[in-house]
Amino acid sequence: MKSSVITFPGSNCDRDIDVALKKFGFKNKMVWHADVELPKSDLVVLPGGFSYGDYLRCGSMAAKTKIMQSVINFAKGGGLVLGICNGFQILVETGLVPGVLLRNKYLEFICKNVFVKINNKQNTYFKSLEKDVLEFHIAHNEGNYFCTKDQLKEIEENDQVALYYCNQNGDTAEQYNPNGSIKNIAGIFNKEKNIFGLMPHPERMIDKSLSGEDGSLFFKNLINNLK
Amino acid sequence: MKISVVITLKKDVLDPQGKIIQQTLDGMGFNNLNEIRQGKYFEIDTKENDPKKAKIQVEDMCKKLLANLVIENYKILEL
Repeated sequence: MKSSVITFPGSNCDRDIDVALKKFGFKNKMVWHADVELPKSDLVVLPGGFSYGDYLRCGSMAAKTKIMQSVINFAKGGGLVLGICNGFQILVETGLVPGVLLRNKYLEFICKNVFVKINNKQNTYFKSLEKDVLEFHIAHNEGNYFCTKDQLKEIEENDQVALYYCNQNGDTAEQYNPNGSIKNIAGIFNKEKNIFGLMPHPERMIDKSLSGEDGSLFFKNLINNLK
Repeated sequence: MKISVVITLKKDVLDPQGKIIQQTLDGMGFNNLNEIRQGKYFEIDTKENDPKKAKIQVEDMCKKLLANLVIENYKILEL
């Protein structure tokens, strides 16, 4: 399985996701933001970080780069695109997934482990995953997911919510919402479920020496679903 | 010619920064404020001298990059 990770100026989780993808069997290529063509890929990842210094709005500059036009074409043709943290912010700015990510409700940069509940397993990312609740790491300042009422209705009707913030038992009460996001949303899909954006970092949970291994479950499952 | 753009958050979008600014001002004695909303301001100097054409171009820029219409409104002003 081939994957590509796009590095923008200011991306800083690109190496982490490179390590994670390789660890679970992907042949990964790093793609520089100034490149125009995307290598042949089964999965494209937009990594976390602070692309273009978060100027204007997080992800807004990266969304307009030439390489992103290739990623958009790839995604619109059904290709799998995963956006993590800043990658999620870039995805919303391209319009590939609905909504936007606002400043965290309490204006704090949040860096901690959280639990997320998988809402929908009818897709390549979560199909056959045994667990329903995963422990991932979040590190963001703008993770407060927002969308219009009409968008929310559409998202729910099409079952596009991927992950909700919750406690370790999968309770999605508001008190387990770290950043004020609508309905505790931590990640969403496009309508067709080939594009997935999430604020948590699965690539930070891939080794015992890190703070958990639920990311390993995610990546192992993903590559198995792609085979 | 010069054109400026003011970008503001839509009414039902939470603005925690505006809220904190208001709270701080309140603490400084400015305690008759109903609300503060923070926005963005751009000054654009364009080679286009036809005001009509320039405005159309700036509007296109607002829609494509300067504003995110899910959460923001824009207003174009001639300088």
